[in-house]
Order: sequence, then structure tokens, then C-alpha cells
Amino acid sequence: MSDAATAPELLTTADGRPLKSALAHAQARNKRRAFYLVLPLLLFVVITFLIPIGQLLTKSVYNTGFYSWKDRDAGVSIPLMVELREWFDETPADAEPDEAAFAALVAGLVHARETKSIGQIGTRINYEVSGSRSMFTKSARKAKDLVPPYKEALLEVDEDWGDPELWGAMRNASKVVTLDFYLSALDRTRNADGDIVKVDEERAVYVLLFKRTLVMSALITFLTFLLGFPVAHLLATLPLRHSNLLMIFVLLPFWTSLLVRTTSWIVLLQSQGVVNDIWVSLGLISDESRLQMIYNQTGTIIAMTHILLPFMVLPLYSVMRPIDPSYVRAARSLGATSWTAFRRIYMPQTIPGIGAGGLLVFILAVGYYITPALVGGSTGQLISNLIAFHMQNSLNWSLAAALASLLLFAVLLLYWLYDRLIGIDNLKLG
Amino acid sequence: MKKTLILTTALAGFAVSATAEELTVMSWGGAYTKSQVEGYHKPFAEKTGVKVVSVDADNPATPIKAQVEAGNVTIDVASVEFADAIRLCDEGLVVEIDHASLPAAPDGTPATEDFLPGTLTDCLVSTDVFSTVFAYDTEAVGDTAPDSIADFFDLEAYPGKRGMRKTAKVNLEMALMADGVPAAEVYGLLETDEGVDRAFAKLDAIKDQIVWWEAGAQPPQLLADGEVSLSTAYNGRIFNAVIGESQPFDIVWDGQVYEFEGWVIPKGAPNLENALEFVKYSTSTEPLARAAEWISYGPPRQSSGSLVGIYQGDGTTEMGPHLPTTAANLTNALASNFEFWADRETELNERFNAWLAN
Repeated sequence: MSDAATAPELLTTADGRPLKSALAHAQARNKRRAFYLVLPLLLFVVITFLIPIGQLLTKSVYNTGFYSWKDRDAGVSIPLMVELREWFDETPADAEPDEAAFAALVAGLVHARETKSIGQIGTRINYEVSGSRSMFTKSARKAKDLVPPYKEALLEVDEDWGDPELWGAMRNASKVVTLDFYLSALDRTRNADGDIVKVDEERAVYVLLFKRTLVMSALITFLTFLLGFPVAHLLATLPLRHSNLLMIFVLLPFWTSLLVRTTSWIVLLQSQGVVNDIWVSLGLISDESRLQMIYNQTGTIIAMTHILLPFMVLPLYSVMRPIDPSYVRAARSLGATSWTAFRRIYMPQTIPGIGAGGLLVFILAVGYYITPALVGGSTGQLISNLIAFHMQNSLNWSLAAALASLLLFAVLLLYWLYDRLIGIDNLKLG
Repeated sequence: MKKTLILTTALAGFAVSATAEELTVMSWGGAYTKSQVEGYHKPFAEKTGVKVVSVDADNPATPIKAQVEAGNVTIDVASVEFADAIRLCDEGLVVEIDHASLPAAPDGTPATEDFLPGTLTDCLVSTDVFSTVFAYDTEAVGDTAPDSIADFFDLEAYPGKRGMRKTAKVNLEMALMADGVPAAEVYGLLETDEGVDRAFAKLDAIKDQIVWWEAGAQPPQLLADGEVSLSTAYNGRIFNAVIGESQPFDIVWDGQVYEFEGWVIPKGAPNLENALEFVKYSTSTEPLARAAEWISYGPPRQSSGSLVGIYQGDGTTEMGPHLPTTAANLTNALASNFEFWADRETELNERFNAWLAN
């Protein structure tokens, strides 16, 4: 052993090449072959997973709504608001819009009307200043007939054109790369001076939902652990014959459609549902005071805990199965109480399973969407529901992408923390 | 324009030459899609030989944006709400449809005059007028049935849970009308902060009694389960539950908010020519009236109104009294203001979401 450290002369092969490089050369071929084998999977992951995710994430900082217009008939991109963007470039951020600025704006409006891109421009600014969309479409219709001085003419069409907040929004939007959507995603906005301020309390929702999502996911993870640990232990210690049967019961819901399981919970928990009916018929509660167990946070927690339970049980089971029962017996015979033996001997050996199950359930819960949408009512909504809202209803994909990437970063951060605290190689999935 | 003219003249040749051709039409599912399949798809396929494939989405406007932006369009024709059509058209995601190419009424009235005012826009040809009303379970409300929109917000007279759609649109209007604001002043008031505050305050009073729904099929289900005793709903869905499934529901037309919806054609539609033919055919007088016999949404053509007869589901019910556009149902009705919603939807939904989550 110590020879290697003390022998400085280079080991060589028979033909005089250094052993190290000869070995690397011989292994390179094998490595290359192995790489060709995983190449299809790698391409698949890159094309169907990394590229789309990357594209969507760039939308969170890159929005060309006020910058260029894609003419789909001709297949070319047309720059928009060229004169106005030049004016923004030449003037400092707090410059008052002068006649030149208004003239540039009118020229941009006329051009936008001709290219039919005014809707896109209005929609982009409307994200920041509500109600401005129709100002753009309305003013663009009249822009062609306006005569100098343009400032008065445009203020005549709509006096809100003098609003400094609107000009601030246009200045921000004229840069295609912007962090404004991240500001919105954190309930922040820019005021007329360009300072970052909190939005009105009655419109702040995202931070609250991020917090709620993390807290509820942690709670659900804890509940699945509480329920799953004894089950996994039972499965691991029963004779194989019985445990296989029990395993079917764990896997059966796993194989059932998510939607079916969620709607079954609605049938069970709703106020005219099975559970309430039984309690009323047993006289535990009166017919008038039926419990509201669904369309709120309770419903979301119950349904998600049930749906995610197998993801906790399976890693735990796979870790518990090979644990030798003689360790615990040895501890007992050395005088440990059953609690001490469990706490100091058995439990530490299941940590990789707890870590894997916990991480799996938590990450799935953070991104859960269908179940809270169906049973969450108003208080059981998670951040994913608002991401879906902006994808599907408001069609503000930049904001949806910003929210989604914040969620992704939060999960990566937790993953990193887990790695620092427990160690990722300590993870056992099965 | 020139292209469409050539197309129209070439129409005669379609039946023979187009046996293997297909057309994908996206709609909202349930009884609504069925009305379109019976009213438009089947006769169109019979007439032209083009196979019409029907697909459903929660809101077809969403896949259109996704598909056109990705440059991979699979839908030829889609049914969207009026405000969405305006937005899609403004953003250049759907093609413009020449109004002059739409078929005239049987008596020769040109389409532009035959269609109700406001039902044709650059990119949208309306197929029906639908309405959001509130309905109640007749067995759950006691002796005096609710008859005004104010009753929906009256927890003392009508205790029990209420179903409402999880969105700001329509709910804010109904809240103001229930608070005594005349229909004509609703949108003017909603433009102001005080008006919005007032609407939310009204909703606040019943907030913890609301069960939120998202898909149009949910309200009849919630009512049938006894989960809610009153619910806002699309009038056609309630009609089908009452007539088709003999559910004990009734509609209160007071305070109804009606809106148009219709066809748009996404840019880059794979079968553009057939899509245009389909839109022209399905929005002609006869098919519009046929579709209205399958679901109680009113036809947007004046010439179709008198042709709407008996509900095809049971063969006995007169359709007329159940349409949102019938005079008796319009006494205190509000036409949804698309311009207002295209402008304010972002802001009001933000506030609505925050209100909901807190």
C-alpha cells in the first residue's frame, strides 16, 4: 500500500506508454460504447424535457410584446414602436414625455394599426397597467388622423396618456429582457418613479400561496410518513405470503386513475356524502350541522395524503425489508427498552427510506394541481392552480413561467439543503 | 377575398372529390357539443362528404394560443367566447372571416343584416347566445321560490350553500345587480374602485357559503347531489338537467348575464378551405335553428328565431320560452361587456384570486 506513494517512477506498459494513459485509452472505447447506449435516452430527455422547460423559463424574463410582431402569414418578424424605443434609449428613466415622445408614440400606433399588432402591444402593457389595452386599440384606430401637436391630440383622445405610470410601464416593456414578471410573482411592482414597491394588499396573493403550498406540502409529507411508516413496517416484517397480499392493497390505489380517486373523495366527504350520512345516522352530529370536509383545506389535505401515500410506503418498505431483526433483538437483550431500541437501532437504519419518501412526496405535493383544483374550494388552492390559471385563462405565460421557475428554484433549494444536511447518496428509492 | 370566391364556386365539386377529407372542430363538451354535432357536423358531413371530428376542451381558446404560437395547429375550427375571440383576433392568432361570404337568409336578407347587432366581428361568427343565470333546487328552497337576483345573496330567506363559477366575470355583475344597481349602470360602476369594492363586499357576505365550480357540467351535479341549494349556471345545462333528466330545478332569469360565442379559425389551420366552408354552412339559417333545438341557447340570426321548434331530446317541449333571448326572460338582463372584460380581466381576476385565497 505504502509502496505506491513512495515509488515516484512512472509505470509503463510493454510498449513503453505510461500505464495511466494506456488504461484510459482502453477504457475510452468502452465508455464511448456505453454512451451510445444511453444516447437515445439522453436525446429524448433533452428534446422533450430540457428544451421545452428552458423555452418556457426564458418566457419569464423575455417578452417581445412591445418589441416585435411575428407576421404569421408572411413568416417574418416586424419591429414595433421603433421611434418610441429610440426615445426611451436617448432619455433618462425619469424624463417627462415631451412632444417628441408623443410623436414617436403616435407613429408607433399608426404602424401597429397597419400591421394589426396593436392587440399584442395593448395586452403587454395591460399586464402592468390595467385598463390600458382598450386605450391602445381605441387610440390606434384614430392615430392616423391625428395632427401635431401630438401631445394635445393624444390627450384629447384619452387623458390617461399623460399618466406617468403608463409611461413607466412602456419604458419597462421596451426592453425585451425584464425581471418585471418575477416582481409580479412576488407581489411587487414598480411605481411611477421606477422604485420597487409592494402591490395593494387586496391584490397580493402569490407570496401567500407560495407559503401555503410549502406549509401544506410539508404537512402532507409528515402525514404520509405518520401513516406510511407503520404500514411499511408491517409489510416488511410479515411473512412474504401475507405481505404480498397487503402490498396489493398499497398498489391498487396506485394503479387507479388520479381523477377517480379524487372524485371518490368528493363522494365520501361532501356534506351530503357517505361519511356525513353515517355520522348523522349514528347520531354523532345533527342533520343541520353536517361537517364541511371538502372544498376547503381539509379536503385538499385528506385527498392528497391518500393519493401520495404509496410514494412514502414503497421506499420505506424497500429499506425496511433487508434490516436484520437480530439488531433490535440484540439491543433488547443488552437492556434497551423497546422504545430505545426502536429509536437508536431501527429508526436510523430507515433514514434513507424516510429521506427518499419524504423528498418524493414533498416534491410531488408542491406541484400538485388537479386534486386541489377539484376539492380545494377557495382556501385549499395551491400555487400550481394559479400557474394553471395564467397558462389557461389570462394567457399571461410570462407570469406563469415566472411563478413556475420560482417554484422550481424553491424545490432545487430544498434538494440542495437536503444534500447538505442528510446527503443525497443517503437516498434510497428502492 | 379572392381566394374565398374561388372556393365558393368550387364548392359544388366538394361532394365528389373530398371523400377522404377531414375537419377537426373543437368545442366545450357535454350537451353543448352534442347540439353542434346534431345541428352542424352531421348535416355538413352528409352534404360535403368531409368527415368532421369533434374534440373537447375546458376552454378551446387556450389550446388555440398554444398551438398557433408553437406553429403546430391541429384544430380547424373552434368554439370560443366572445371576449376571447376579440383577444385572439387582436393578437393575430385567428384568421379574419369575410362577412360578405356568409350565406344570406332564405328571404334574401344579407348575413350582415340578418345577424343580431354585435354578433359578427372580424374573426368571429356567432353560433349562439348563452346566458349565466341562477338556478335552484325546488325541493330545497321552501315554500316561496326565489324570483330575483337579490334572493341569491339573501342567506336569511334562502339558507344553504351556493354554487358560483370560480372567476370574477359575471359574479361581479350579479353582485351589483343584487345590490340594486340597474343593469344599464353595472359596467359604468365597475369601472370605478367604489363599484368594485361594492361588488366584492356583496360577495363577501356569502363567501363562506359558496362552493366554486369551474366546468359547466358541475352546477347541475352540485344541485342534484344536494351540495348546494342555489347555483349560478349556464342556462342550457340547467335546461338539459330539467327536461332531459327530470331534475327538480328551476331557473331565475332575473339578473341573467348573456354573452355570444361562436366559431373562430386558428391561423395555420390544416384544412382552412373546409374550415371556411364549415363556418359558412353551420352559421346559415337552418343549421343554427336545428342546433338550438338540442340545447337552449338562442340562435344569433333573426331568420333562425322563428324556425326553432321542439326540443329534440324529448320531442314535446317548446324551445322558445327557454331561450335567453325570449322577451320574457330579458326584463332585467345584462349583456356581457367584452370590451370591459378584455380590458379589466387581468386586474379583476388578480383581485378575485387574492380575495379567494385570503
